Amino acid sequence: MTIVLQQLVLGVLIGGLYGLAAAGLSLIFGVMKVLNVAHGELIMLGGYGAFWLFALGGVDPFAALVVVIPVALAGGALLYWGLFGWVVRYHEETRIKNSLLIGFGLGLALHAAAVQLWTADERSITTAYAGSVLDVGGVSVPIVRLASLVVAFVLIGGLHLLLGRWRWGRAIRATADDWEAALMTGIDVRRAYLLAFAIGTALAGAAGTLVSVGYSISPSIGLEWTLKALIVVVLAGLGSMLGTFVGGLMLGVAEACSAMIFGGPYREVVGLVIFLVVLVARPQGLFAK
Amino acid sequence: MLQVDNVEASYGLFRALSGVTLEIRAGEIVALLGPNGAGKTTLIRCIAGLLRPRAGRILWDGASLAKVAAHRIVERGIAVVPEGRRLFATMTVEEHLDLGAFAPHARAARPQRLEEVYAIFPVLRERRRQLVRSLSGGQQQMVAVGRALMAAPRLLILDEPSLGLAPRIVESILGVLGEINRRGVSILLVEQNVHAALALAHRGYILESGRMAGEGTGAALMDDPHVKRAYLGPLALRR
Ligand SMILES: Nc1ncnc2c1ncn2[C@@H]1O[C@H](COP(=O)(O)OP(=O)(O)O)[C@@H](O)[C@H]1O
Ligand SMILES: [Mg+2]
Repeated sequence: MTIVLQQLVLGVLIGGLYGLAAAGLSLIFGVMKVLNVAHGELIMLGGYGAFWLFALGGVDPFAALVVVIPVALAGGALLYWGLFGWVVRYHEETRIKNSLLIGFGLGLALHAAAVQLWTADERSITTAYAGSVLDVGGVSVPIVRLASLVVAFVLIGGLHLLLGRWRWGRAIRATADDWEAALMTGIDVRRAYLLAFAIGTALAGAAGTLVSVGYSISPSIGLEWTLKALIVVVLAGLGSMLGTFVGGLMLGVAEACSAMIFGGPYREVVGLVIFLVVLVARPQGLFAK
Repeated sequence: MLQVDNVEASYGLFRALSGVTLEIRAGEIVALLGPNGAGKTTLIRCIAGLLRPRAGRILWDGASLAKVAAHRIVERGIAVVPEGRRLFATMTVEEHLDLGAFAPHARAARPQRLEEVYAIFPVLRERRRQLVRSLSGGQQQMVAVGRALMAAPRLLILDEPSLGLAPRIVESILGVLGEINRRGVSILLVEQNVHAALALAHRGYILESGRMAGEGTGAALMDDPHVKRAYLGPLALRR
């Protein structure tokens, strides 16, 4: 029983990061109708950003978020201006195709750059408190992973408030829902796209930082994280960031269960099965409005 | 105030408007009539900057709108109530009205505007925290009109506001337009409901297959035998 609980707890802990990773992808896709398949590489870069701050500057990885998030925000804006902003001129179908090409190209380039800068080795940030665990009735909860889950939840909650209360947050939601109606309401839709892309990238950077503390990063984790995020986006559906977060937790738990039942190697398969089942049974996702 | 001069517009190879000319003067209510597919919505999309004309000019206060971004056209004082309302599914009534005043010039006057809109549509105040999809069709149309009014327009364009609404509700929505007009807002009204539109409007235009087929005062158009046959139907002739 304790073993089962232990696995479920670990599933929830990683699930929070899936949720955070998916939130950025979901925001960008929902608003711009652009699929950034380099999202996982942006997560990877966020991880290395925190790794560098820790290795070179001795900055605590959680404190590093204060640097990583704004830098990723600016980086997202640059990516929008330089690459993804071009495709929003086109109709939605063309947007998706063109964004896929751009995303794959960007992903490859970032992967190559990361190998140059940091070598292909796996890294993780080992803080003084890295090994601490909380013992809850025989179930051990790694402190850093628990803290990561809390941070992820706080970020998602902040995003939820931002989209609900902030003037431009509402403009972003309006644009996601009906960009022509948004234009007729006086919203600069291009700016809403830019903001959504930058915020989505910042979320990727934050997710990467958290991955590098509780787990590990290497230049090749990008594709895996893009896939996880995509599965969660399909699972949860567009439009609700809290729903996306719950979708992430569900994927984490489902993976933990399948690992217990079928063994570790099937961990990854379950996500894809969920992906297919949801696509067939409820294509709009579980929490879409 | 608004001059549409020989405008031509296409969707790919299909020409939806050819040589369309129309004028709206300050303080007027102008009706734009015509059968389905005539190009009425297309003309509105051109004025709103969502579709750029192939040829011709659209002048607002004497200046061309050809290079003005759609969201800036709202800032200049033209607000559209789009066909089918196009409300935001996940937003409440008040969020719509708040977004309506998104443009910088409208933001400062937001509180007063909100009071005005609630004065015109008291039911919206009661429903302000509700999601728009929980409202009736008529109330949703009020939200769409309210959202446009929040932009403090000098010209309000409505694309078939009565579509799919019960006659009694249509009457009350059209009645409100007269009141809005008396507050100094010019109106361009696209309607299938020819009688009601011409009764309300100072002047009207008739668009057919992308061309202007008629123009005149409300009364003159209502008496026009061509209009009677084509739009009012045999019932109208008997009246
Ligand atoms: N997005 C579009 N693509 C192609 N053709 C269109 C499009 N929108 C409208 N049309 C065509 O343009 C013509 C005018 O349409 P519209 O302006 O919507 O007419 P109305 O509003 O008077 O009913 C119609 O023949 C319609 O089929
Ligand atoms: Mg129409």
